[in-house]
Amino acid sequence: METVPLNAYLVLSAFLFTMGAIGVVIKRNPIVMFMCIELMLNAANLAFLAFARYQTDLLAQVSGHIFVLFVFGVAAAEVAVGLGIIVVIFRLRESIDVDEVSLLRG
Amino acid sequence: MAERALFFILAIVAIVSAGGVVVSRNPVRSALLLVLNFFTLALIYFMLSAQFIGALQVIVYAGAIMVLFLFVIMLLNLGSPEAELQERDLKRPLAYLIGFGILATLVGQAFVLLLPMTPQPPSDAGTAKVIGQALFTQWAYPMLLMGVLLTVGVIGSILLARRRVS
Amino acid sequence: MTLADFGWAIARIAIMLGFLLSVLPLLIWLERRALAWFQCRIGPNRLGPFGLLQPMADAVKLFFKEEIVPASADRFIWALAPALSLFPALVAAATIPWGPNRLLTPVADVDIGVLYFLAMSSLAAYGVLLAGWSSNNKYSLLGGLRSSAQVISYELGMGLALATAVLAAGSFRMTTIVEAQAQPLWGVVPFLHNWLIFTPWGLVGGALFFVCMLAETNRAPFDLPEAESELVAGYQTEYSSMKFAAFFMGEYVAILAICGVMTTCFLGGYLAPINWSPIQALGEGGGLWGVLATLTGALMPPLWFVLKLFGLFFSFLWIRATLLRLRYDQLMNLGWRFLIPAGLLNLALLTVYVIWGWIPALIGYAVAIAAYFLVFGARRPERRTVALLPEAQPYRPKEAQSG
Repeated sequence: METVPLNAYLVLSAFLFTMGAIGVVIKRNPIVMFMCIELMLNAANLAFLAFARYQTDLLAQVSGHIFVLFVFGVAAAEVAVGLGIIVVIFRLRESIDVDEVSLLRG
Repeated sequence: MAERALFFILAIVAIVSAGGVVVSRNPVRSALLLVLNFFTLALIYFMLSAQFIGALQVIVYAGAIMVLFLFVIMLLNLGSPEAELQERDLKRPLAYLIGFGILATLVGQAFVLLLPMTPQPPSDAGTAKVIGQALFTQWAYPMLLMGVLLTVGVIGSILLARRRVS
Repeated sequence: MTLADFGWAIARIAIMLGFLLSVLPLLIWLERRALAWFQCRIGPNRLGPFGLLQPMADAVKLFFKEEIVPASADRFIWALAPALSLFPALVAAATIPWGPNRLLTPVADVDIGVLYFLAMSSLAAYGVLLAGWSSNNKYSLLGGLRSSAQVISYELGMGLALATAVLAAGSFRMTTIVEAQAQPLWGVVPFLHNWLIFTPWGLVGGALFFVCMLAETNRAPFDLPEAESELVAGYQTEYSSMKFAAFFMGEYVAILAICGVMTTCFLGGYLAPINWSPIQALGEGGGLWGVLATLTGALMPPLWFVLKLFGLFFSFLWIRATLLRLRYDQLMNLGWRFLIPAGLLNLALLTVYVIWGWIPALIGYAVAIAAYFLVFGARRPERRTVALLPEAQPYRPKEAQSG
């Protein structure tokens, strides 16, 4: 039975990461930018789990899963605080278009 | 054979939905396509024998984080489609260039690996028991720090969302 | 996976879906008759014996109703929302064991059964949210936002209560959780099964899970988002005909699935309260006793499961008929500030039991209850008086005119 080689998972992860990176630069709505950041984090998770699957000893395999758990936690905390910041900016300025709120003052 | 076909289908769905997130001009549709992407990634994680992480992916990402995104979009009424860029600046071509560079680097690196290309026999590494044992013994300090981080996140988001009573 | 396994899997899927979808009209009928009985009236009794064909008439009516499509923002999401409400509910029951034999084990007996159920019930928030948003109607939006905020708030309490069941059994797999409840009661009483709800942590966890069940499925007393008197029909306002039927079905199937999980984790699943296996072992010899033993061994587990399921559903109806609706801030207060700390404390005390035994755990429970009463005091709920407007006078009957 042929199995999926490791390269395939890594190439998929690379594609997702690239699309997330392009999205962060292109998009003007900060919420959609945040979503593209989450996409990048998930691409990294996929790479971690793919490597963990193809390791030889159990300890290294589990370390991949543990790291993905930490990435989950970091992403969750980041989303909570980041969306809070976006809400505060929206309350102050009535517009959250990133190109328009690009000045630090006023 | 079946595994390759399944991976191919899931990979196509993941890439198309990720492309939809970036291309779509309606934030709600971007969010829903991202939910589809996360769900597909969870299925890929199940293929990688990472059952616990796959279930957590659906619970945490698709079930909580994306619901939070949709809340903010709906509460702030940001569902209107983005207007076209008025001025032609360097942002888009530069983004595509950088993106192509990242893709070329990563894909190039993916083919020079010295690791075994065949998967190891399925072990217990994906089960909750092994992950729990490792998390609470070897990785105990990072786990406690993660708890502190999440607490800080909760306190921070409550402080940010509070209306100033003046 | 061989062809035979595949065939058995298809049979199990057919049984699960068949059961869920065919018991639905019965539940609708039961709800209306039971509510009527609680409210001292009769309920539908004209169509068929005891009104049993009423749900059929409802289905036919809904089928022929005109489908009104709002001139709303997003047609695709508007059409997708009822499907997103129905689909996770139907597949959430895939890891619930209906019985011990080959045809009745869960459709997918995976290592992460409980997590799978939590994942599918997290997806239930999307149907409501998208329905409220895409209806392009501020009352629907408010109803949808409130309902999904309620659902995700009570998911945490539900997760903690299920963590109690998982820790007590030692695995996420639902069949292992049921088999762990097949032990003798409290470890010592030989002829009774050790349903989790008979242990102190199981009792508290089961009570917490019951409250979270009511909130997750938007049932009374947590049904403010679909309250007819407050928000018209909440997020379902703009839906008619079969899409409304899909929401309706999704709600009942979700109730069945979540009651199934409570039965499995806290009420012993398909186990009877009395342990018949020593008596059934007498039937090993064959003959009439053997036939009886095999027959009851095959038929009693699903019967007990369905009995417990309907008992839980009846308690849902009882509570709907009895309790007042909670206001939204009271609801969120209960979820975040009572259920989550109580769930955490319960989990901590269960950990004390697992490490040190039952005496320290019981001492812990006594200390926790005593501490609660010391800190919060056994207060009666305070009565607040609200001043009336001068125009609003209480009704006083006039004294009888003389002459």
